[in-house]
Amino acid sequence: MAYVAVKGGEAAIAAAHSWLAEERRGDPAMPAVSVDQIAQQLGRAVDRVMAEGSLYDPQLAALAIKQAQGDLIEAAFLLRAYRTTLPRLIDAEPVATEAMQPRRRISAIFKDMPGGQRLGPTTDYTHRLLDFDLRDTPAAAPQAAAAPAKMPRVTDMLGAESLIEPDAYADTAPGDLTMEPLAFPAGRDLRLQALARGDEGFMLALGYSTQRGYGNAHPFVGELRVGEVAVAITPPELGFAIEIGDITVTECQMVNQFGGSKISPPQFTRGYGLCFGHADRRAIAMALVDRAMRAPELGEDVKAPAQDQEFVLAHCDNIEATGFVEHLKLPHHVDFQSELETIRAMRRDANAGL
Amino acid sequence: MQGYNFAYLDEQTKRMIRRAILKAVAIPGHQIPFASREMPLPYGWGTGGIQVTAAVIGANDVLKVIDQGADDTTNAVSIRGFFARTAGVRTTTKTEEASLIQTRHRIPEQPLREDQILIYQVPMPEPLYKLEPGKAKARRRHALAEYGEMHVKLYEDITRFGRVAVAYDHPVMVNERYLMSPSPIPAFDNPKMHRMAALQLFGAGREKRIYAVPPYTNVRSLDFEDHPFHPGRADQKCALCGDEKSYLDEIVIDDQGGRMFACSDTDYCQGRRG
Repeated sequence: MAYVAVKGGEAAIAAAHSWLAEERRGDPAMPAVSVDQIAQQLGRAVDRVMAEGSLYDPQLAALAIKQAQGDLIEAAFLLRAYRTTLPRLIDAEPVATEAMQPRRRISAIFKDMPGGQRLGPTTDYTHRLLDFDLRDTPAAAPQAAAAPAKMPRVTDMLGAESLIEPDAYADTAPGDLTMEPLAFPAGRDLRLQALARGDEGFMLALGYSTQRGYGNAHPFVGELRVGEVAVAITPPELGFAIEIGDITVTECQMVNQFGGSKISPPQFTRGYGLCFGHADRRAIAMALVDRAMRAPELGEDVKAPAQDQEFVLAHCDNIEATGFVEHLKLPHHVDFQSELETIRAMRRDANAGL
Repeated sequence: MQGYNFAYLDEQTKRMIRRAILKAVAIPGHQIPFASREMPLPYGWGTGGIQVTAAVIGANDVLKVIDQGADDTTNAVSIRGFFARTAGVRTTTKTEEASLIQTRHRIPEQPLREDQILIYQVPMPEPLYKLEPGKAKARRRHALAEYGEMHVKLYEDITRFGRVAVAYDHPVMVNERYLMSPSPIPAFDNPKMHRMAALQLFGAGREKRIYAVPPYTNVRSLDFEDHPFHPGRADQKCALCGDEKSYLDEIVIDDQGGRMFACSDTDYCQGRRG
């Protein structure tokens, strides 16, 4: 009687957990991966987990990845669950991404501009050929670091000619998605927060759909920059800002062709992406979806999924999504029993009517 | 390169692509589906163009690769390096020396010859996709040559802006039968496609389509009698070679609004400077 075993849940759960721990460890004859190794050598995974876990801490993210056996959504979930226990002490000042000394900064709209194009550590022009030498991990030759330099924002150069709409600015304090429930329609502050922690795959697919006719985007990467920015807080007792550390961020300023509408003149419009870590794909997809969701504000028809903020925001969180999708594994036999009775009754009626 | 076939793809795949190319040449402007392969460069980087090049390149070919008109842009350097490595062919930056030219977003300024092939990298082969994103429906419109919607779209532009607001990827009629995307080349380049002596091949890897314009085929940019097609360029001359007819890049030189204009076709510009 297998069903009885499910009722003896406690022993089953304990057994499952010890099996899980054994499977996570793998062959005990092999050395275990360390959290430092993950933080150092699986940086893109750490960045994704920090972004979707909505907590900037590479060591904790690396631990979560180890604990989750490399399942990145599970790792982000672990980080979110930890984050929720942390007291909220103070809000930081807005980070100044224009003051960043980027290690990567590219623009697709100009061949060259002040500060120049800087590729940085990118896979963009690698040929995707499996490098069998990597199995024996040779030490990479150290690179001479390019001199750090501040670089003006490319979109500011367009702004001088008024060809692009001014950067959005609000006097009111931004909302906080993690402290207040989301209400629709949501302002751009809340939409961007949701996208910054949204599922990379979902945003990628939505952004992609806008390029294929479902939302009519005409995007150009005005600028993509990656680097460190200082985080500053202003303690009330001090009255001035102090820097408490650096975080690595990726910022994408998307420039979109826009023919104008009843309420806006023809000009370039903006889509914006900002996220933790080095994450080109996430920042670009975020900027596409941000622009798509601005449709009502710019007087465009809302026709495509990516333009429908309720559709996007309600489904972009992968912790919520994985919970509800996977909960289908849980026992549902009480509901199912009532379905059984209903369908039997319906079939009886239908057969009687034949 | 050891462990790989000449020009990366296996011979069966090349034959499959060549069959699609032959069909495409036989029906100018018509999109031929093909079993596009995963390539070692990402979709969007030119996987369609690369597969077409791999299928037609031979050991004696001389390859030129341009992106935005230039041989020295990162992606052009990368693709040229890919074929130098996997096919061992000679490469060049000189338009007149090349037998194959793979391009993204430009047509060289210098007119091409009968013994040259121009291979375009195409992101969205379907010219109707902004009007009809559904593939099956768009295909039906091509079958019936039902292109009224595209004319309406251009007409709406004229009523709203007084001009056709399409700066690049301006749709063309090929051989007066199929509406075709010229790929995102500036409208400035469209007239060069008309009755070009060279064979023009178009590869879209992610969308899995190949199409072609055979030599000396009529290619007409969509327009109206009272609003004729107008290929635009910056009204400047090249700061390097002084040319007043070529397509120009706008280069930002300071953050005070300073701009410099220079030929987008770097080989053309170099040639004029001697």
